[in-house]
Amino acid sequence: MRASDLLKSRPEGLYCPPGDFFIDPVRPVERALITHGHSDHARSGHRSVLATQETLDIMGLRYGEDFAGTTQAAALGETLDINGVAVTFHPAGHVLGSAQICVEHKGMRIVASGDYKRQKDATCLPFEPIRCDVFITEATFGLPVFRHPPDHEEIARVLKSAAQFPERSHLIGAYALGKAQRVMRLLRDAGYDRPIYIHGALAKLSEYYQSQGIDLGVLEPATVETGSKADFAGAIVVGPPSAFADRWARRFPDPISCFASGWMRIRQRAKQGGVELPLIISDHADWDELIITIKETGAEEIWVTHGREEALVRWCELEGIAARPLHLVGYEDEGD
Amino acid sequence: MNRFAELLDRLVLTPSRNGKLTLLTDYFRSVEDPDRGLALAAITGDLNIAAVKPAMLRALVVERMDPVLFGYSYDYVGDLAETVSLVWPQPQGHIPNQVPTLAEVVGKLQAASRSDGPKVLARLLDDASISARFAIIKLVTGGLRIGVSARLAKQALADLGKVDVAEIEELWHGLTPPYTELFAWLEGRAEKPKSAALALFRPVMLSNAVDDGDLEKLDPADYAAEWKWDGIRVQAVCEGSVRRLYSRTGDDVSGAFPDLAAAMTFEAALDGELLVGDPREATGTFSDLQQRLNRKSVSPKIQQQYPAFMRCYDALQINGEDLRTLPFAERRKHLEAFVKTLDPSRFDLSPLVAFRDWETLERLRQAPPHPIIEGVMLKRWDSPYLAGRPKGPWFKWKRDPHTIDAVLMYAQRGHGKRSSFYSDYTFGVWSGPEGSEELVPVGKAYFGFTDEELREIDKYVRENTIERFGPVRSVRADRRNGLVLEVAFEGLNRSTRHKSGVAMRFPRISRLRWDKPAAEADRIETLQALLD
Repeated sequence: MRASDLLKSRPEGLYCPPGDFFIDPVRPVERALITHGHSDHARSGHRSVLATQETLDIMGLRYGEDFAGTTQAAALGETLDINGVAVTFHPAGHVLGSAQICVEHKGMRIVASGDYKRQKDATCLPFEPIRCDVFITEATFGLPVFRHPPDHEEIARVLKSAAQFPERSHLIGAYALGKAQRVMRLLRDAGYDRPIYIHGALAKLSEYYQSQGIDLGVLEPATVETGSKADFAGAIVVGPPSAFADRWARRFPDPISCFASGWMRIRQRAKQGGVELPLIISDHADWDELIITIKETGAEEIWVTHGREEALVRWCELEGIAARPLHLVGYEDEGD
Repeated sequence: MNRFAELLDRLVLTPSRNGKLTLLTDYFRSVEDPDRGLALAAITGDLNIAAVKPAMLRALVVERMDPVLFGYSYDYVGDLAETVSLVWPQPQGHIPNQVPTLAEVVGKLQAASRSDGPKVLARLLDDASISARFAIIKLVTGGLRIGVSARLAKQALADLGKVDVAEIEELWHGLTPPYTELFAWLEGRAEKPKSAALALFRPVMLSNAVDDGDLEKLDPADYAAEWKWDGIRVQAVCEGSVRRLYSRTGDDVSGAFPDLAAAMTFEAALDGELLVGDPREATGTFSDLQQRLNRKSVSPKIQQQYPAFMRCYDALQINGEDLRTLPFAERRKHLEAFVKTLDPSRFDLSPLVAFRDWETLERLRQAPPHPIIEGVMLKRWDSPYLAGRPKGPWFKWKRDPHTIDAVLMYAQRGHGKRSSFYSDYTFGVWSGPEGSEELVPVGKAYFGFTDEELREIDKYVRENTIERFGPVRSVRADRRNGLVLEVAFEGLNRSTRHKSGVAMRFPRISRLRWDKPAAEADRIETLQALLD
């Protein structure tokens, strides 16, 4: 069977004709298989959803319990039969509950990896390379300039800066699902044991992470009611990046704006965003991780989605691997 | 090396002056000699490393990676040093034993000959981390551009040692990297270094521009006015047998002006403007002055044609007596008496401009008696000579810039944060007989517009492109079609390099004239009339 008969791009998302299901559809469909809980991949309103238990829980927290008609939890490594197509979920290492979806039919095996990374992350299971015929990779950081440093080095820079500027507070911008909890966990692993102040948007998800056995230590709401401006001197505050331009941020004393993202590798990006202390911490694979993963899957063909497809396609060409961009609509290429 | 790299990374992104000072003092406090002194020299621009051209850097990297991938990367990042630091491939299986110190890196770069320079650089990049690579490339391409002035670095030193920054400025030109004796003094481990050298540079006093509403608050009786000469600010210092002519930043420029230096036979430190001509007869224009600038050697013929002289306006020291704490009025009396004793073909006095009120001065400012005057200076009669740019005692009130209406001809993509916009504009004015006018390019400007205007021009460029050459687009511009730009500039020089025969100084876009038909833009004759 041809790969393009097993999975193809449709306006709703990636579609499997023999199995009659979509992977990460951006519009409501009958049957959706979902890789992870980020809102551009996991939307509400599908008739039925198949995802890992954690992803289902996260969708419930974000959209309310009735986010889909019916739900089914997929156990990692367990193969399910959907209309004769064999479907298996494998960990993707992106955020808690994230999975790659392996689809196999008549001797053709395609792995749709969703978003993934290879750096170690204490808040989720590590990525497992799956051998396949076609590997669908993301390319958010698909340029040789993206090289993520070890995350503990980045966290060490925050702690050093906090010691250097004890009268100021450090505001770390981090996406509410995954990045924020990873940053908090990294702070704990680096020995930071003071309370971490969090924006309200992070509360439910962080609590959920803690309930899943991921220890984030003492988290306090970053609200003025809990104290005066001076109380935040020397504090580390974590919040969604969007809140930093908000009135919310004005309650902190002379804050140093930090942003945890793979985009922070580029100085101009940091400068444009008014970020003083960029933290290159990403939940997406960097260039080196992308190419090592492509090699490890042994795939003869690579489909490249959301991001900078051209460079990765060029690299595959040089390596003699067939590759083409797979144009899927609706994914934000900046969501790190 | 990594600590220096980290310092640069932080300084680039730290907007506040106090934040920068904290980062700098912490660095100077925690890093040992000689690394901290070399870092200091790199920041103040006193580190001597043979420069590497961007083209060479690019050549080094495409020997090591696919040029297409490099192209994608450079397009995305927009800054060559940063791109190379990120994409530089570490050789297979190469693990550096240890991170080199800044001193080791600087030592290797300084020891490299011209021919093996690229190889030495490549080896250093192989051994370095990403941010260290960025720092090394910044060192070899010259100019760190991290938003830290030499003055701020000296302020950080002053904070470190809890001394007055003026003390450091005074000492500065007698010291050399890595400044170990300076740090020893600042840390209280040694005596203050003696300014053993004679004829040291004295930090200069600078002025602030007059802003709207400034003058209303000032009493004209408190201020003296002088013409503002558009030459080169110099400080002539003679002590004992040593004579030095300094630029305003303290660089020794005696070598470029041997004729003037030879006439410095006095015991004093004078502040003034270097100009060309014979002050008793005629002062040269800026084009004349240009003949004496940026030359490696000065032929006797040039010295004769364009003799350099100094128009003095302040005296910092005369016959061993430091005058800087005296009020300007007192210093001026000393200066007037002293200049009379000097060679009149090489030194004269910058005259005071008498005025009753600001309106009178405004009229004088608008119609200065000589083309090399670019405005007036205001100096408080009671002001001491203070290093730096204190707000209040000295003001510069410049002549309004010239403007012309020109037509946009070419646009080039910018770099850095403007890398996706066409933000560098070449513009032209009309020339040739009526009926067959042609645009001739007269200059290039890349600022003066708002971000919103940039987007509008960018859109215009994309919609009106007639040809593309790499990053440059040629824009439709004829008698009926074209975008008229009002360009402001400070002055005009003759140029043999440009087809139009003129070169603008400090051109910038002052207004977009969407309303003005291209045919009504200015003609080259308008510009030619401004020459001389």
